[in-house]
Amino acid sequence: MTIVADRILDPAADAAAARVRPGALARLARSPSVLVGAVIIFFMVAVALLAPLLGTVDPARIDPTYRNKLPMSERTITMASGAKETRTYLMGTDSLGRDVYSRVVYGARISLVVGVGVAAISVAIGLVIGLVSGYIRWLDGIVMRFMDGMMAIPGILLAIALVSVWGAGLATVVIAIVVPEIPRVVRLVRSVVLTIREEPYVEAAISVGTPTPLILIRHVLPNTIAPLIVQGTYICAFAILVEAILSFLGIGIPPQIPTWGNIMAEGRTLFRVFPHNILFPGVFLALTVLAVNMLGDGLRDTLDPRMSKRV
Amino acid sequence: MLAFIARRLLATIPVLGMVAVFVFLLLRLTPGDPAAVIAGDNANSQQVEEIREKLGLAQPLLTQFVIWAGKLLQGDFGESFFFKKTVAELITQRIEPTLALSFFTIVLAVLIAVPLGVIAAYKHDSWIDRGVMGFSVLGFSVPVFVIGYLLIYVFAIEWGVLPVQGYRRIAEGFWPFIERLILPSATLAVIYIALIARITRASVLEVLGEDYIRTAHAKGLTDRVVLMRHALRNAAVPIVTVIGIGIALLIGGVVVTESVYNIPGLGRLTVDAVLARDFPTIQAVILLFSVAYVLVNLLIDLSYTLLDPRIRY
Repeated sequence: MTIVADRILDPAADAAAARVRPGALARLARSPSVLVGAVIIFFMVAVALLAPLLGTVDPARIDPTYRNKLPMSERTITMASGAKETRTYLMGTDSLGRDVYSRVVYGARISLVVGVGVAAISVAIGLVIGLVSGYIRWLDGIVMRFMDGMMAIPGILLAIALVSVWGAGLATVVIAIVVPEIPRVVRLVRSVVLTIREEPYVEAAISVGTPTPLILIRHVLPNTIAPLIVQGTYICAFAILVEAILSFLGIGIPPQIPTWGNIMAEGRTLFRVFPHNILFPGVFLALTVLAVNMLGDGLRDTLDPRMSKRV
Repeated sequence: MLAFIARRLLATIPVLGMVAVFVFLLLRLTPGDPAAVIAGDNANSQQVEEIREKLGLAQPLLTQFVIWAGKLLQGDFGESFFFKKTVAELITQRIEPTLALSFFTIVLAVLIAVPLGVIAAYKHDSWIDRGVMGFSVLGFSVPVFVIGYLLIYVFAIEWGVLPVQGYRRIAEGFWPFIERLILPSATLAVIYIALIARITRASVLEVLGEDYIRTAHAKGLTDRVVLMRHALRNAAVPIVTVIGIGIALLIGGVVVTESVYNIPGLGRLTVDAVLARDFPTIQAVILLFSVAYVLVNLLIDLSYTLLDPRIRY
């Protein structure tokens, strides 16, 4: 029964159905979902890379004399030289007087690093474990029981637990989100391996004495690439969300580092009066995750047109 | 059937065992002395020594695990040095809000999502369908707490029709209890609705392509009867399955939602325990949530035979 379930609701199973077909790239460019997603992601990457050039100030600079200002408030500063300069606070300031616009712009860096980092690491680790476990039979049972146990702990909860063990920080947050994702990647890779290992060309490779590692790399690995790309985008979107949740709860990345979750955590207490501290980072966060999800959906539909008619 | 239930029950034991091993190792993974970690920052050396004695930390890891698991099975989750209570007491105090919130969320989500999914499938490729699918993608992308603050802002602050935060026990009156659960449940339900609506649409759409649906139409049944009695019934298994899988999302969401709405449930307890590095409580909450998740899915597996008489075990 779980097999039926997996086919329908596990994005991993969706992804497993995907295979790179000829002309996939051309179709990809025609998919509106992929286009919109890619444009937004491109925009966010540009924002993150060009952060210092976008009229930002130091996102960590505290200004006790200019706290809790509404968006678009203007302030005239007299420089030491006597010259006057008017500065507009596009998104206002937070309760420590930090410029929210600068913090949101710099926050894009953390979100993207976490998203891409988690996706890359969990796919890499899951790929190795999945390949080995799917191909070497005696190992399979042990590894999969272990993975089942891991999957029984709800992902966010496992991440929270791991952060509590390792302490807050960028690296620990990335690893804490990677760990719950690994079993999902392993299952996906393993399912591909189990079908591919029965293919005649693998049998042929075995019969001419190709060593197992070479079979895995040359014949099995290429078949996992398309589904892993799809799965990777979903992991990326989920990781960005979980990082924001952890930071928002105050157990993720240390509060002085500008991340979207941290900005919102800081804005919580004065939310009734100054909702902008939640609104702006919230919009950026939702938009980014939406874009990555749309890209994932588009990729899945393109790599496997059969699925697109269903889900 | 009985044999199946027994087999299925037995199959959950290794899974739960793995979970227990994980939770056990969690504490041993922390840098430093586990006894000192459990005792917390304000403990003196005598207390640390007592804990070391109690956990049998001098003994091999396996013996420690057996001692720990044995206590668990007797309902002894240890003691929270931060909250100055036994963990079992803490959990009994905090479980009601979480159960109430989860229950309302599931009911709300199913009542909204299933009709949405059925309509989207029925009006395939129409603007309703696109709307439902758009909402579904959006629901997966907007973080729970952003939805929460958005709802608070509109309903509690701008319109002032519902309370902003807090929780009242059901014993303190039905309306104050319900009133404070509406916004949290709606918040938590969004991602769940997105998930269920998507699967409902997909599975109903698949069933609508079957021959017996054409037959049902041909013999003159109304669309409503065809949809409800033929399409939805046959699409029920994947829908119920996704409700079970979605419990994992729900548990993650409970942690966040309870923090946003200041509800003193198990989710808030989790966050407070992590902030205080109160490991006995963290371990117990993770175990409890995981066991709940596994058991709900076990029940759902067992319900397949009721939903679909073709399934025999």
